Amino acid sequence: MAAIHSAPLWLVVLVKSALLLLVVITTFAYAMLAERKVMAWMQLRPGPNRVGPWGLLQPAADALKMMFKEDLTPKTADPLIYKLAPFISLISAFGAYAIIPFSEPSPGDLWSIGNVNAGILFIFALTALGVYGISLGGWASGSKYPLLGSVRSTAQMISYELAMSMSVIGVLLLAGTTSLAGIVHAQHRIWFVIPQLIGFVIYLITAVAETNRAPFDLVEADAELVAGFHTEYSGLRFGLFFIAEYVNMLTVSCIATLLFLGGWNPLFGLTVVPGIVWFLLKVSFFLFFYIWLRATLPRFRYDRLMAFGWKVLLPAATANLVVTAIVVAYIG
Amino acid sequence: MNPYGPVAIYLGVAMAAALLFSLVPGLLARSKPNPEKAEAYECGVEPTSSVSGRFPVRFYLIAMLFVIFDVEAASFYPWAVQMHALRVFGLVEMVVFVIVLAIGYAYVWKKGGFAWK
Repeated sequence: MAAIHSAPLWLVVLVKSALLLLVVITTFAYAMLAERKVMAWMQLRPGPNRVGPWGLLQPAADALKMMFKEDLTPKTADPLIYKLAPFISLISAFGAYAIIPFSEPSPGDLWSIGNVNAGILFIFALTALGVYGISLGGWASGSKYPLLGSVRSTAQMISYELAMSMSVIGVLLLAGTTSLAGIVHAQHRIWFVIPQLIGFVIYLITAVAETNRAPFDLVEADAELVAGFHTEYSGLRFGLFFIAEYVNMLTVSCIATLLFLGGWNPLFGLTVVPGIVWFLLKVSFFLFFYIWLRATLPRFRYDRLMAFGWKVLLPAATANLVVTAIVVAYIG
Repeated sequence: MNPYGPVAIYLGVAMAAALLFSLVPGLLARSKPNPEKAEAYECGVEPTSSVSGRFPVRFYLIAMLFVIFDVEAASFYPWAVQMHALRVFGLVEMVVFVIVLAIGYAYVWKKGGFAWK
């Protein structure tokens, strides 16, 4: 610890950033393996089991394979934007971790990179940029299926983003701050999932839609759109979109944990277990929930998806916001 | 350090990592160009028409509606944070705002702006 205190701050932050990215990427790799394994068990298959014990080296094998795959660019594509799109997706996916606190903030900011007041607003602003990656990637491919897929998914993502940003306002009303650590502290006595149950359910639904996961994976509805916006992408460039999707899944799980499940606050007052462990447990619960959904539910139809977002989720989120505001105005 | 300083450093590292990943295909991937491979994918046949075709104007409408309602959502954030101080004044002010929005929302609904046919 002494070495950490004597080193210049920017260096500490630099090392922490690199470590955090490494952790995020490793988590992505094993979330993907876990998904394949858990889905296989749900469907009574063994799942990946050839590369390493229990398939534990599968992510490394996949990564190597992707790196050596030929990188194709269609002749009708716009080469610069075609290559820029996965980059944008990945940056916006990584960005959120700049301010996510993983445990109780300590003097040296051990468990987070930055602690900014804008908090949740900053995260929404950064992750919303991910839609550019998808819409530009599909458009720049110069091919029909990607174009259709990207237009569809852009409409889907912006529609559900609306309900998502409305659904968390109830939490802000109760906590009185947008800072993530502040929101967790406000849940010291009661987790916001209880007073904000409707907000939580809406957030969960929109989070699945925002990350383009089943049952809202219209983006890559393979029966009708081949692979959606990334049909033309191959090798590691396709991999970048793939990483971005899983990292986004992890991000929305972290945010759900921070906003609704009390972040690093322990369950049953078990303070002997460190906060970081509680945090990771709650995040894993959400990741499992994602996999479970994918193995259980069939895909939505596009018109119903849009109608559901605009006619059900948005009014429900607004009603939840008004009711919460009335309670806060008269009681809180 | 400014609270956004570490955030900027982190974003710089993230960008460097993403850039590295973007450059790897150029270094490691084998390249065997072939005119067939450079065709846009169309289920195995040669592309039958140009891509820049038409697509439903609905998508444009959705984008317009998004801009309107998202500005509204963004304006709720500072209000929500101050609600403990504003109390009934804040509530009345916000309810008036929501009613105005609801009228616009009902109009769009009635006009079929959310229907997908």
